[in-house]
Amino acid sequence: MLTLENVVIRQDDFELRADFEVPRGARVSVIGPSGAGKTTLLNVIAGFFEPSAGRVLWEGRDITRKPPGERGISLLFQDNNLFPHLTVAQNVGLGIDPGLRLTPAQKAQVEAALERVGLAGMGGRKPGRLSGGQQGRAGLARILVQGKPLILLDEPFAALGPALRAEMLALVEDVASEIGATLLMVSHDPGDARRLGGLAILVAEGRAEPPVPVADLLDHPSPVLRDYLGD
Amino acid sequence: MTRSGPGWVAAGIVAALILGPLVAVFMRAEAGAQVLTSDWSAVRFTILQAALSALLSIALAIPVARALARRAFRGRGILITLLGAPFILPVIVAVLGLLAVFGRAGIVNTALAWLGLPPVSIYGLQGVVLAHVFFNLPLATRIILQGWQGIPSERFRLAANLGLSGVQVARFLEWPMLRAVVPGALMVVFAICLSSFAVALTLGGGPRATTVELAIYQAFNFDFDLGRAARLAVIQLVLAGSAAVVAFWAAVPAGFGAGLGRVVRRWEAETWGARALDAGWIGLAAGFLIVPLAMIFLNGVSGLTQVPGAVWRAAGVSVTIALISTALCVALALSLAMVRRGWAEVVALMGIAVSPLVIGTGLFVIVNPWMDPARLAMPVTALVNALMALPFAMRVLAPDVARTEADFGRLADALSLRGWARLRWLILPRLRPALGFSAGLAGALSMGDLGVVALFADPDFATLPLQMYRLMGAYRMEAAAGAGLILLALSLGVFWIFDRGGRGDVDA
Repeated sequence: MLTLENVVIRQDDFELRADFEVPRGARVSVIGPSGAGKTTLLNVIAGFFEPSAGRVLWEGRDITRKPPGERGISLLFQDNNLFPHLTVAQNVGLGIDPGLRLTPAQKAQVEAALERVGLAGMGGRKPGRLSGGQQGRAGLARILVQGKPLILLDEPFAALGPALRAEMLALVEDVASEIGATLLMVSHDPGDARRLGGLAILVAEGRAEPPVPVADLLDHPSPVLRDYLGD
Repeated sequence: MTRSGPGWVAAGIVAALILGPLVAVFMRAEAGAQVLTSDWSAVRFTILQAALSALLSIALAIPVARALARRAFRGRGILITLLGAPFILPVIVAVLGLLAVFGRAGIVNTALAWLGLPPVSIYGLQGVVLAHVFFNLPLATRIILQGWQGIPSERFRLAANLGLSGVQVARFLEWPMLRAVVPGALMVVFAICLSSFAVALTLGGGPRATTVELAIYQAFNFDFDLGRAARLAVIQLVLAGSAAVVAFWAAVPAGFGAGLGRVVRRWEAETWGARALDAGWIGLAAGFLIVPLAMIFLNGVSGLTQVPGAVWRAAGVSVTIALISTALCVALALSLAMVRRGWAEVVALMGIAVSPLVIGTGLFVIVNPWMDPARLAMPVTALVNALMALPFAMRVLAPDVARTEADFGRLADALSLRGWARLRWLILPRLRPALGFSAGLAGALSMGDLGVVALFADPDFATLPLQMYRLMGAYRMEAAAGAGLILLALSLGVFWIFDRGGRGDVDA
């Protein structure tokens, strides 16, 4: 279970408050107008930004001051998810050992993960030679080998077309289920949230609301959400 | 984060190397606090020649830069690359080339004699200024050309649409840019010329053409007057230090030829008069740059057979010093660049504020009571050369470190890439081109340096530039020309190998 306990995030004159719990294994979309603080919220959970007050807990343990790599979280950003100077296999391998000293068994694990996301035989390529969708798949392969219990996605497929995005979302679902991980995804598209199902957190007007079922939120939108959705 | 650990160590080393000698110099200087009239004449000459060099370089650079900004022609790219060359050209080699053109038996005087006109002398104030313009006209041209290319092409399109004349374009578009760019360029050239040693050593000298740096060397070598040397070192520190810090913040060339490839179409300049004017300026600048270089090559080839064995030994010494100095400089620069705080850049900048001869004087004063300083000639030269190149290496590396951290820092943090793993898998591969370029700069600057080694070397020891200077002093000009060609080849070779090594296999 992920808990944000009276968290206050301040950045110049921006302020965001969050106080909620996310049940273990949940699929959660984070939606809201741009500039409301969706990415900032994710950064606080991931450990890139310290809250001014409050605590972040995972399974009841306080992780507020832990460095990003030790929180049991794997991430996929909007871009720069792969180091362009390393091969795809090396990029995935970093998820197992940051020093890249891999045993034969671990190398096989990387290979299997690549095969699982549909990149069999492409481990030797540099990311520059992959398409946008394939780069996303490589990122998911790394999440697979990391096997961390919490996955954070920050609009990772925003640059892809609608069909490919749906395909990638399905793959994300599969990967998360295989690991048994909790999934938090920032998206600006309500359609993505519906497709992912599960819960949704609305970030707007300085508050991150507790998660509620996606359908409830989107079918009976609050005035703020209605302004954002534009209907 | 633990990343600034090596940065603190590097900062400590640099600060100790710069401040230690300074303290030693200050303590000596107090012993003989009386400032002599010859000290003041050195100060006056230093400021005069630096001011003249700066004014002349900029005044000539403005029309050349304008011509390059608005003309596309064959060889334009090569010429712009060539404008970067003087930065890594050994001073003493350039002086040799200038002597072949403007010296007593040079091309210019031969032509004057043929016309029945009296000869001109390259020695003294005019020679020092000429050499400084040779080095700094290209630098100034590149700085100002960057200013020109910073004006968006849409502005010129708008000007053409409004039917503005050449004078009006100059007034509304070019003059505001020059007002912003020229003061910085002037300061850079002025500061560089304030610390002139090798040019003054070879083309100046005598009571009326001695810079403070040269006076330090003379107080050392001729009179062994450590008190006077120390006093002059303090004067030089105040003089060059303040100017250098101001100038380095103002503008420094960050890359060779990056982003200078674009030519903006200029409708108002498509008259025959403007074309001829631009062609004239480009031709003049190219000739001024290329003819001395060609003479170095021609005289050097015929002088190669005259080169004594001492030159090859000196070449070996110089390559060794250059490699040590490069390794040291790049390690210090990378450690400081990875700190990504203001203080790290200030530490690196100290190297440009303090002159090599001032550090040399201090180190000599510190070492002298304990051992024969000549025994330390090699490590001291390598060390001081590394410090001199540090600000430039830092300027090249710091933006790339910042960009790498901005693009991939979060990902690396999320993957727990720390310490060695972060360096090995993120920083070094991303910085490879910048590392190659800065290593090339550091190596070439060290190869061609004629400065602190002159204080420490005994007759049995010499770097290649010092050996060349000794050959010139003995009027063995052919052998000096041969040595000059070897030095030129080694300097450019060191730069090329490092820079090239950084560029291979670049991904995205």
